[in-house]
Amino acid sequence: MRFSNVMATGGEWLRGEGPHHQIVISSRVRLARNLRQRAFPGWAKKAERTQILELIKPRVEELPEMQDSFSELLQDLSALEKQVLVERHLISREHAAKSVGSAVIMNRRQTLSIMVNEEDHLRMQSIRSGLQLKSAFKLVDKVDSTLEAKLDFAYDARLGYLTACPTNVGTGMRASAMLHLPGLVLSEMINQVIQAVNKIGLAVRGLYGEGTEAMGNLFQISNQTTLGEKEDEIINRLSKVIETIIEKEHDARQMLIQKKSNTLWDQIGRAYGVLTFAHAMTSKEALNLLSIIKLGVDLGAFPEDRRLPIDELFIDTQPAHLQKSSQQKLNAEERDHLRAQIIRERLRVFPKPDISKVARESENGSIPEPQNNE
Amino acid sequence: MLCDVCKCNDATVFLTQILEGKMQKVNLCDACSKEKGVQDPTGFALADLLLGIGAAEEIEKGAPSQKCPVCGFTQADFKKTGRLGCSVCYVTFAEGLGGLLKAMHKGTEHVGKLPQRAHREIELGDRMRALTDDLEKAVAAENYESAAALRDQIKQLEHEKAI
Repeated sequence: MRFSNVMATGGEWLRGEGPHHQIVISSRVRLARNLRQRAFPGWAKKAERTQILELIKPRVEELPEMQDSFSELLQDLSALEKQVLVERHLISREHAAKSVGSAVIMNRRQTLSIMVNEEDHLRMQSIRSGLQLKSAFKLVDKVDSTLEAKLDFAYDARLGYLTACPTNVGTGMRASAMLHLPGLVLSEMINQVIQAVNKIGLAVRGLYGEGTEAMGNLFQISNQTTLGEKEDEIINRLSKVIETIIEKEHDARQMLIQKKSNTLWDQIGRAYGVLTFAHAMTSKEALNLLSIIKLGVDLGAFPEDRRLPIDELFIDTQPAHLQKSSQQKLNAEERDHLRAQIIRERLRVFPKPDISKVARESENGSIPEPQNNE
Repeated sequence: MLCDVCKCNDATVFLTQILEGKMQKVNLCDACSKEKGVQDPTGFALADLLLGIGAAEEIEKGAPSQKCPVCGFTQADFKKTGRLGCSVCYVTFAEGLGGLLKAMHKGTEHVGKLPQRAHREIELGDRMRALTDDLEKAVAAENYESAAALRDQIKQLEHEKAI
């Protein structure tokens, strides 16, 4: 599969399906594995890294899950192509900085991506739409079991899987979900939630992981510890916390409709106005405003069939996607103009927010509930 | 109280995290807490912070001038990168890593998945220990007939292990 195919077909997780998909954008589970008695990628010399890559890559490519896969060496991808993969969460920002001796292999549906020689020799990730941590784990666990028969993974009977960073030792597993929480942000309850989540040993991070800003009211929640707890226990604990946060988000939205409706409609109206008429927009502003429109769709202020175009804009307005689809390298100012133009075009057929519909539903006491597709 | 990071300014930010009833504390001055992103609640994780501060010192305790026999990694390298050199480093620096892992994680022993191969190794190891014990007992009791049978079984097991 070529890069143009990757670009043309959105990943399955971008489709906005799965349980609690209104609030949980995606679920990801990654496993870190290393070969026994081999220097970890960060410590290995170039020749050894290449050797390790040559050992691992064919084994990954022959996986039944990887039929018709996209498989590239990092040095053969342009900076822009790497950035597109980062924006789709198919590789990490750290991996995008790699070149000779590293590779990425992913399946056609873009639900499984395997990084070779990132921080560890193998980083295997499964990504699903909505709250589906269990099925994401199942897929990546199966791949791990197939690979362990062919590759000599480093482990210790007491410490479990051995990883470059001691924070990953044990299961080598990081499970995370991307949540859209505009209600908690607008009602100023988000910091309380973040602090509570931190206190129980889970991490809350911004859009692109460690050290990144929370834009578009998007937050990633993940397990912080990997030793002393079974994989399914970690996933159950995380899922329970996420379900509680979903409830809190619904409560916050209901509270906004009942007690701060003026602020809420003002936000939705302004977001609609700016997105429809602006001629220059940074990606941060776009994300923040699109988040409010998405909230509007959730609440019924926009028709349900408008959900997909908005979800698509979240990813299509990211800097690398913008440049890759326009097939030219653009400076920041040009990007901001192009971004505003794309948004204006897509919103041309977008109806005005219909607040009366939401008001009626809230009087009946029936706020649209999340659909459970599982 | 001095800041745990720079060790020169007075600490003004006191962090506590409770993980399964185990309390972890970090004291920071104003400047260091800003630098570490502690005041931005979304970017902060105590484990990362602990890793940055205490990791290298912990390792030094266990292995003052040790070098990993497989990859040549030293404690100074750990101080620089916060990552280990290879899987054998976990054995080389085991003593120092113990405390670090304890502070960082929920437990000190892995209870999750292991490769199939590991289960076989563990099982073979258990059987070997049992046979060796029996052999010792048989020899002590001067029961040479069963001792010979046990020795054969051990040989067979060693052969199995080598596969």
